Amino acid sequence: MTRAAKFADKLLYLVSPALLLGLWQALLMMGYGDRRFIPAPTDIFWRFISVVSTGELEQHVAVTLWRTFAGYFIGAIPGIAVGLLMAMFRPVRIFFDPLIAMLFPIPKVALMPLLLLAFGFGDASKIALVATGVFFPVVVNTYAGAANIDRIYWDVAKNYGASQWIVFSRIVLFGAMPMIFAGLRIALAVAFIVLIASEFVATKTGLGFLIWNSWQLMEVDFMFAGIVTIGLLGLIFSVVFDWIEKRAVPWKLRDRG
Amino acid sequence: MERRGAAIAIDGLRKEYASAGGVTVAIDNVDLKIAPGEFVCIVGPSGCGKSTLLRILAGLETQSGGVLSVEAAGWAVQNAMVFQESGLFPWMTVETNVGFGLMTRGVARSEIDARVDGALKLVGLTKFRRHYPHQLSGGMRQRGAIARAFVTDPAILLMDEPFAALDAQNRAILQAELVRIWEETRKTVVYITHSIDEALMLGDRTVIMTAHPGRIKRIVDVPFARPRDVMALSGTPEFGALKLDIWRVLEEEVMRAREEFDL
Ligand SMILES: Nc1ncnc2c1ncn2[C@@H]1O[C@H](COP(=O)(O)OP(=O)(O)OP(=O)(O)O)[C@@H](O)[C@H]1O
Ligand SMILES: [Mg+2]
Repeated sequence: MTRAAKFADKLLYLVSPALLLGLWQALLMMGYGDRRFIPAPTDIFWRFISVVSTGELEQHVAVTLWRTFAGYFIGAIPGIAVGLLMAMFRPVRIFFDPLIAMLFPIPKVALMPLLLLAFGFGDASKIALVATGVFFPVVVNTYAGAANIDRIYWDVAKNYGASQWIVFSRIVLFGAMPMIFAGLRIALAVAFIVLIASEFVATKTGLGFLIWNSWQLMEVDFMFAGIVTIGLLGLIFSVVFDWIEKRAVPWKLRDRG
Repeated sequence: MERRGAAIAIDGLRKEYASAGGVTVAIDNVDLKIAPGEFVCIVGPSGCGKSTLLRILAGLETQSGGVLSVEAAGWAVQNAMVFQESGLFPWMTVETNVGFGLMTRGVARSEIDARVDGALKLVGLTKFRRHYPHQLSGGMRQRGAIARAFVTDPAILLMDEPFAALDAQNRAILQAELVRIWEETRKTVVYITHSIDEALMLGDRTVIMTAHPGRIKRIVDVPFARPRDVMALSGTPEFGALKLDIWRVLEEEVMRAREEFDL
């Protein structure tokens, strides 16, 4: 693909959000909707600037990020390990299968009261919730990726004298890598969803608290600033994630554009 | 200890696969003795169990009946297989793939590097050592798989139609290299092919298998003196006569296979 074409793609990427914002602003300025309840993008923007300059927003963002990442790693690393072991060893698979089938469909927010009991009102309960939410999509995708590794690669490994450890670290892990990344990507969204929802209650910090609290105080523009922040964080993570995936899975067939 | 090629004795070998439609007998009652350092080619109709036989020899499959014994004293690596599809790991570069069978056996890094260099040169992939398999052509991938087997210096080379995907020039070069390596190292080679020409140019004996289930139909000695001049040899009347001979036997089996599978 030429540079100009790449640039055109990037521009196109911005068209749909710009249209949405433009339409939103225009409708409000034409008098459809009450700006006290539905602030215009410009209102949100100015509020956003002011809360960033006081440092108020950053505090909440920092707390939310810490909980997200702590929970994400605590959930994802065992998720990957268990998924790979399930693909390699039948007993492990038989042990975990019913557990996963039973626990995966439970909406993880429903566990919040239980986790508050177990871990208290501090960060630990939120981190535990994120970890549980992250574990399941990661373990399921990792297992699917490892179990679908083409038989010939197991054959080659065996014929060329690979030990269990080499099969695990050089074949199963890498063979499952594209699916592991698919799982990690889903898990990142899940992490945000359950965390923000859990921050609505039983805490005085985090973006979820900010949104819920400003809603109760009828500071709708502040609430929207919180929502926009989550959107921006999502966008940043998506870009960073792509960057990491390209380097971690360099053999993945990409479109040759 | 002095290395001799591996001796293989196969006695009454049978393999059946259980599947939803019942039991498939892939090979039945196969008897074959392979002398140390011999180069044996196997031909037979598609689906007659050639790969199955090779997989049992490679230890990837267990026979349902019969006895297989291999005697390969003095070799660090018993056997290495070149699979019908290349089977290069997509997540490893060419050089990592080629060194795989040495890495698994704990060979020192510096020795792996040196041996991989040699193997890559042999198959003409030196320039592509840092590439991933998806960046190579089908023939180049197959050459990588061949290098991966050669580099381990096995007592027995098991080759499942290794050159079928190659262009004629590379096939001729690698056939010559294979014969040279074989003559130098006295490995035992079991080589599956669909091409009678190839079997006659490379092997000491050609084993013809029957259609499904695979049995040994006939074993033909290939009398041509070595070193063989491949191009000149294929023009001689003896070559033509032997080829026709084998073709007649094979044709019967191929027709039988086609009837059975309703083609
Ligand atoms: N894993 C398996 N499960 C069930 N049946 C199998 C399996 N592998 C092979 N077979 C059957 O065994 C028979 C022999 O297969 P094999 O792959 O050994 O044939 P082949 O001679 O190598 O054929 P080709 O020349 O086409 O490669 C076939 O009928 C095939 O369907
Ligand atoms: Mg085959």
